[in-house]
Amino acid sequence: MKPVRSIRSRTVVLPTRDIDTDQIIAARFLTTTSKEGLGERAFFDLRYNKDGSEKSDFILNKAEARGCNVLIAGNNFGCGSSREHAPWALLDYGFEAVISTEIADIFRSNSLKNGLVAIVVDEKTHSWLLENPGADVGIDIEATTISLPDGRSVDFSMDGFARHCLLEGVDQLGFLRHQMNCIEKFEETRPWKP
Amino acid sequence: MSIPETLFEKVWADHVVVEETVDTPAVLYVDLHIIHEVTTPQAFSVLRANGLPVRRPDLTLPTLDHSTPTTRVSTFKDLLVAGEGAANQVRQMEQNCEEFGLDLLGYGSGKRGIVHVIGPELGATQPGKTIVCGDSHSSTHGAFGALAFGIGTTEVGHVLATQCLLQRKPKTLEVNVEGTLPAGVTAKDVILAVIGKIGVDGGTGHVIEYRGDAITAFTMEERMTICNMSIEGGARAGMIAPDDTTIDYLQGRPRAPQREEWDAAVPRWRELRTDEGASFDHAVTINANQLTPMVTFGTNPGMVIGINEPVPEGNDASFRKALDYMQVESGKPMTEAAVDVVFVGSCTNGRLSDIEEAARVLEGRKVADGVRMLVVPGSEQVKADAEAKGLDKVIEAAGAEWREAGCSMCIGMNGDIAQPGQLSVSTSNRNFEGRQGVGARTVLASPATAAASAIAGHVADPRNYP
Repeated sequence: MKPVRSIRSRTVVLPTRDIDTDQIIAARFLTTTSKEGLGERAFFDLRYNKDGSEKSDFILNKAEARGCNVLIAGNNFGCGSSREHAPWALLDYGFEAVISTEIADIFRSNSLKNGLVAIVVDEKTHSWLLENPGADVGIDIEATTISLPDGRSVDFSMDGFARHCLLEGVDQLGFLRHQMNCIEKFEETRPWKP
Repeated sequence: MSIPETLFEKVWADHVVVEETVDTPAVLYVDLHIIHEVTTPQAFSVLRANGLPVRRPDLTLPTLDHSTPTTRVSTFKDLLVAGEGAANQVRQMEQNCEEFGLDLLGYGSGKRGIVHVIGPELGATQPGKTIVCGDSHSSTHGAFGALAFGIGTTEVGHVLATQCLLQRKPKTLEVNVEGTLPAGVTAKDVILAVIGKIGVDGGTGHVIEYRGDAITAFTMEERMTICNMSIEGGARAGMIAPDDTTIDYLQGRPRAPQREEWDAAVPRWRELRTDEGASFDHAVTINANQLTPMVTFGTNPGMVIGINEPVPEGNDASFRKALDYMQVESGKPMTEAAVDVVFVGSCTNGRLSDIEEAARVLEGRKVADGVRMLVVPGSEQVKADAEAKGLDKVIEAAGAEWREAGCSMCIGMNGDIAQPGQLSVSTSNRNFEGRQGVGARTVLASPATAAASAIAGHVADPRNYP
């Protein structure tokens, strides 16, 4: 994973609550065996009509959404399936961060492991972000702050380990493999065999 | 005296390899890793790129379920029914298992099936285990008093390589279901009511323990239906303390402990219950006496009502968007909705008792004209057991399709889908937009409600089909 220290971008707003991972990447696109190229499929049924033409009223198809790499989403973003294809698709599409009042557990865990910065903010900040699409925001992972264009800086909380992994680009498999002595010892001393 | 602990805390503590700190999550040991073709290819690629073996093939249980067609497969060509991508994925799973020395329960094994159906049926799912799978419905296995949850593909790679995961300890949520269920009301109705009460994010960050006399009265298959949908309430895991019902279910199953090991396991399992005085972070109570059959009306499992209740009012944009998608109106009951497709199956309701319940309603009746009904066993074993009871004949005589085992229309990536605009009454777990096909409208319900709706041609109360 590449280190992520800070993000500066305009926001795009998807205010709907409970956007599930089926909306982010539909099951019919999960027959891939790689992580590549899923961005074209992100939010597919929201972006395209049956005949393949773009839905002009969907926010990501509007000119003002181009180059907006921070997604402001309604409460409980990423609920449902554990498919890691969801953060893969969002990253491949160009998103670097997603901000909501609540982000589903598995999606959040998957996102942070891939460098998609999943951030939970308070309701007041969230309301402001929902009401100000296209706002130019700065996310500082080290300081765990979001700077808003009006000069305010808002704190958010992030698990210390997830933050460290983002900042240093830590490969968590490597981290786990460094615990192999402990794992072997645990297996030997277990009172019962699984 | 030791501090009273919850069931979850006992199982968690028993698997901590390295304690969590402020800076680092716990290293948690995994006793059983179930894998399937859709969420593993990229994890095997990571192993290959790092020159790593699968650390514990003996604790890894691979099968094929998500992208497999539910028509008969005897050659590679038959797989193409579900599309080239799906066929390629199945073939790659077979190759990965061969390369990494894993015993795949695939075609020809007689044991292939949905990950969350075969684990329990083989007796591999046991009380006190940690069980994970790259599938969010892994919570199903919690019905046995296991700590079981879904993981992403990166984590699948972690478990394949190290048999461990990095995890923060979640909070606990007690869900008490008190009382006795009225006739015609099932476990599926209970869990839909629970999700309706706590909301689709009510369990986020928590492990649920289901307690109360309505829960202990359930069979193992009913308990699996309950725990299965924990994730639809936002909780990665749901658990039920093991008891005689659990132990009776497991005895004699091929992967359950045998002889002396069984004798040693049973007293250990009986310790796995929440101690008197242990506390949960949150608690809710549901009264079973007042429940009716439940159906969803919107586009998430928390948008649920009793079968005879009207669709509620709601003003915000997300609510209105859901009602527009479903083509339903506030103030009207769901029983007015005409049905196109009925699906009985999935890891929620694809076990023998579910097929029996559907067949009981179908017996001597006919699926309404214009309605397509698929009955899909959760595993090859469920299929064989149902056929031994003659249920396939009852189902086919009623005009429904009796299919091969798999995830089928629950996920719609295997050839089984509803068409745009069609209304599907489904025993699966998710009524998300497009889940069962682009533009398809899903109503979640119990097997009895699904079968009754197939006969009526509209969403129907199963209590009218005794």
